[in-house]
Amino acid sequence: MLPKWFNDWNKKNPTNVFGPGIVIGVVGGAVFVATMLVAWGQPFATTSTQTGPRGTGMSIPEFKSAMAMEDPTLDTFVSSAPIIPKPGDQTAGQAYPDAEPLLADLTKENYDRLVDAMRAWTGIEILFNGEESYQTAVARKMIVMTQNINEEWDGHVNANGQVGVTCATCHRGQPVPSETWFKNTPLLNTNMAGWSAVQNRATSTSNSTSLPSDGLEELLVNYGQISVHDLESRVAGSPADGARTIQDTERTYGLMNYFANSLGVNCNFCHNSRAFYDAEQVTPQWATASLGIAMVLELNNDYIAGVETDLPSERLGPIHQDVPKVACKTCHKGYQQPYQGLNVLADWPELASTGTPVYE
Amino acid sequence: MVELVARTADLAKPSGVIIMPEYQNIFTQVQVQATPDWGMDNANNMMDERAGNPSFSTAIGWIGNAQLGPIYLGYFGVVSLATGLLWFNIVGFNMLAQVGWDLPEFIRQLFWLALEPPSPEYGLTMPPLNDGGWYIIASFFLLVSVCSWWLRTYLLAEQHGMGKHVAWAFLGAIWLFLVLGLFRPVLMGSWSEAVPYGIFPHLDWTTAFSIRYGNLYYNPFHCLSIVFLYGSVLLFAMHGATILAVTRQGGDRELEQIIDRGTASERAGLFWRWTMGFNATMEGIHRWAWWFAVLTPVTGGIGILLTGTVVDNWFIWAQEHYFAPAYDGSYGYEAYNGGGN
Repeated sequence: MLPKWFNDWNKKNPTNVFGPGIVIGVVGGAVFVATMLVAWGQPFATTSTQTGPRGTGMSIPEFKSAMAMEDPTLDTFVSSAPIIPKPGDQTAGQAYPDAEPLLADLTKENYDRLVDAMRAWTGIEILFNGEESYQTAVARKMIVMTQNINEEWDGHVNANGQVGVTCATCHRGQPVPSETWFKNTPLLNTNMAGWSAVQNRATSTSNSTSLPSDGLEELLVNYGQISVHDLESRVAGSPADGARTIQDTERTYGLMNYFANSLGVNCNFCHNSRAFYDAEQVTPQWATASLGIAMVLELNNDYIAGVETDLPSERLGPIHQDVPKVACKTCHKGYQQPYQGLNVLADWPELASTGTPVYE
Repeated sequence: MVELVARTADLAKPSGVIIMPEYQNIFTQVQVQATPDWGMDNANNMMDERAGNPSFSTAIGWIGNAQLGPIYLGYFGVVSLATGLLWFNIVGFNMLAQVGWDLPEFIRQLFWLALEPPSPEYGLTMPPLNDGGWYIIASFFLLVSVCSWWLRTYLLAEQHGMGKHVAWAFLGAIWLFLVLGLFRPVLMGSWSEAVPYGIFPHLDWTTAFSIRYGNLYYNPFHCLSIVFLYGSVLLFAMHGATILAVTRQGGDRELEQIIDRGTASERAGLFWRWTMGFNATMEGIHRWAWWFAVLTPVTGGIGILLTGTVVDNWFIWAQEHYFAPAYDGSYGYEAYNGGGN
């Protein structure tokens, strides 16, 4: 390939080029890396949030670049100040013959304001436009659900300060909220039964692990038992007679994976990982999360299940034709606090309780 | 008498013009490539049982002997390979069945798929084939396969007039294997306790096993097993490094050095004695290595066998036995509220 004179010259003048080559390469590479580090800084700098006393190793490490990133949906949140009703104001029911009965007692101004906001939050333009649609039918139930969350689940939603929830907390401008989930077990084409039919597949509900995919279904809809531990050093019993099994543990572990991914945290956010079960060693966040579990169970069973008959079949699950269900990530979207702690309810007394809104 | 198959000229196979000292290289520098060595033929006509045409590979010569084959399988070798292959195929076809016989999906999900043990409610009975039945059948073949291979290591050592050290060491590993798949499930009263056959699933099992029984790190036999495992690593590194370091004094001819201690052994011994006050001998270092390696699965197996049968929560057990400190009063976690975004 190379010209003959070149090869001949090389043969006559043998030179070790590898030694100097390696030295120059290594030194040059080191100088380059050092220069870049000084000039541009450490690209993978981390910071950590301490979640327990010193010496327990409890912290949540995160990339600084990720921490600095703002939730992209924050910009899309729209809100408008409430209009405090004056005596004698016209209600929506009086102003519009086809006003939504659920909201008809609001003043006309606040009715318009709320319906506009709900259309923006959900991206559904035909919401409450006087014509019956499945979106409007679902919205009625979801308004009651939102009011119930703000009224009854203060301990979870407002654990770190008043933030509340609105339609936007889940919807973020999308007609179908992101991070809802469907039942997917027994797994498609599994040809198996029992525990073999619900695990060892990378699915959305297993967070792409090989852990069981039915964790959300069993533990956040069907009131299954999450805890797996014995609280004494020896407890009689066999897995064959109902003692908690390794399979149960894998399911719980899968659910905990989902929790961690939903909030962008790790085990140590709630637990001291040396003794996961020990209620005396958990963090305050554990109590908040436990309330969250109870809330999700109620939402899925008492509210979400109720819209199954309203939804058209293309909105139902691809495998079991079930209603799209909620869990942590539907609101949190990967952040410790939805909307990174923005108070979304401040302007919306209409959604704060099932009773008459209090304008201040 | 065996004929010496390598001529002196074959022994050193220098690569390139620059001859590096052979001990300063990651790869073995001396390769023997000549007439294949068939080994001894004795009165038992053992030659007849050696299969395969021996060949040479420079690449494998870098990490070991350049000669590949022949192989002696024998009765137990054939049984072991056949049953092992049956186990492998049962596992593989079950995985394939689980993705609806879809090959691309099988490849995509390969690390996720598994042949799982039966569901817990079947106890120690024979479950349906699609809920652990195939697992029981596959496990039976694996048991036969592993035991046959063990017999093979024993019998081959006997035929070579060797000690049975390899067989007994292998039995240490088989002990752990039997505890995981046979002894412990039987004591627990359910085959569901056995380990799934799958890449990620067996790791899930390991994690879940530790979590379920209150953190296996507080199991003293698990502690011992870790000590021997890490100890094995350390000893292996020390020994390998020491021998390579005295290769130019003939240290890699360990057997000669055992019976006729030369300058290699002297230097290696002095190095460690002056480093840490104590040194092993050419013989003793191999006893250290053997025991550390064997005790890793032996102690580990004891720890697994006690878990769920004798102790159900190791953290609590450890506190009751003053193995882990028990803290009085509040842990103080309430002062750390997270509070990130």
